[in-house]
Amino acid sequence: MSMNIGQHISQQFNEELEAIRNHVMAMGGLVEQQLTDAITALVDANAELGERVIQNDHKVNGLEVNIDEECSRVLARRQPAAGDLRLIVAVIKTITDLERIGDQAERVGRMAVRLADAEMKQSNYVELQHMGNHVREMLHDALDAFARMDAEAALAVAHEDVKVDREYESIMRQLMTYMMEDPRTISRVLDEMWAARALERIGDHAGNIAEYVIYLVKGKDVRHVTLEQMEEEVRSER
Amino acid sequence: MTESTAPTHGFDISAMDRDARQLRLADETVCLEVSDLNLYYGEKQALNNINMRIPKQRVSAFIGPSGCGKSTLLRCFNRMNDLVDGVRIEGKIEIDGEDMYGPHVNVAELRRRIGMVFQKPNPFPKSIYENVAYGLRLQGNPGKRELDEVVEKALRGAALWDEVKDRLHDSALGLSGGQQQRLVIARSIAIEPEVLLLDEPASALDPISTLKIEELIYELKDQYTIVIVTHNMQQAARVSDYTAFMFMGDLVEFGDTDTLFTNPRKKQTEDYITGRYG
Repeated sequence: MSMNIGQHISQQFNEELEAIRNHVMAMGGLVEQQLTDAITALVDANAELGERVIQNDHKVNGLEVNIDEECSRVLARRQPAAGDLRLIVAVIKTITDLERIGDQAERVGRMAVRLADAEMKQSNYVELQHMGNHVREMLHDALDAFARMDAEAALAVAHEDVKVDREYESIMRQLMTYMMEDPRTISRVLDEMWAARALERIGDHAGNIAEYVIYLVKGKDVRHVTLEQMEEEVRSER
Repeated sequence: MTESTAPTHGFDISAMDRDARQLRLADETVCLEVSDLNLYYGEKQALNNINMRIPKQRVSAFIGPSGCGKSTLLRCFNRMNDLVDGVRIEGKIEIDGEDMYGPHVNVAELRRRIGMVFQKPNPFPKSIYENVAYGLRLQGNPGKRELDEVVEKALRGAALWDEVKDRLHDSALGLSGGQQQRLVIARSIAIEPEVLLLDEPASALDPISTLKIEELIYELKDQYTIVIVTHNMQQAARVSDYTAFMFMGDLVEFGDTDTLFTNPRKKQTEDYITGRYG
């Protein structure tokens, strides 16, 4: 069944759902920007940019509150059913994960500020940058799948999360080696570990959003199942 | 090892399991079985090859736009359509395995087993007491004590007793619309039918009376098989275990209410329950 949020007899209901969806996309765009800035701040040791990411987090939080309110209003006034109901449920859950991605981006920004100020500069950021780009793409693709209501694209995002987890483990091993080689680096490497950890969490949140898209489009709850099962649910007719 | 209940506050978590809660039509005991039912009003076909099994002691709701055939189908279940001129019915409807359109069926007896309540409350112009006692008097010559008992039980069953116990011999026409509708339900259940057919039972009532009727339906399903026709989709979602969506004489979809309202199988159903142009 193809998803469609328009064509209600009530034009006003169409507009309300369209507005909610646009607001989610706007929030997603803002979070994407926050993440991009945080990674840049970290890699370029740009304390100012890191500071800006920290400052902007309240905008993300504000959007979450607003969209939550819009969703409650539609639930109370419209009693949405079927696809409309799943859209509202998916939105309520998606914005929670977006807000948490925002928090993790803020954390990366904070680490960027600290690492830029640290005396001993320059560690190996290539891996962190690579992982950062990877989760940023995941987030972008998850939001894109949401906008297009594309379950296949959401499935691809879920697949990526496995790779990010592997990347995270390899960065951890590498950072531990640094600490063993030169204990003077421990303090800054710990900060890098925090940043890596935040990026890994962002990958998980993007994966969650992908799961909500599958729920929205297919009506199937694919949380806590294996990737193979998820694939089966997405490809099955019903 | 002693079992601790503390972490879940004594709540049985397994009761929340999706599979434990999920109703499945295939697992239900069948009360009414409809096979290849076609109904014509003169030349015009009103029901197209309906096949369905209404489960016992559950609430099944029929929804669909005006003229989709839901009331017509409901009226087939106690042969009310027999009274309409020019109606032709093909196919079979069985109650507990007996063909209700068979040649030796006593229609009055059938309607005793299958009670019906209509959109507009239709109490008799008699006292509250006599309205409820009416069906029993028709069946024989019951004693006063027996009648008193049955009347009280039926009025309690219809959640009306407390409101009318002090004026049982006042005219039923003095009751409010919601009370009259519950009185009619009391009259139906006084003769202990197996099935209760409700045709838009709350559409002429205010919201509070509507909620009382819905609450009553929920309580009655322990004893009766209930089939309700409603224009109000939220009402179907609130009261029913199973919902059938009908459109232009076809049964489009019949399934458990949770699934039908969250993830219907058919696009037609989705369009209707979400208020889209078909």
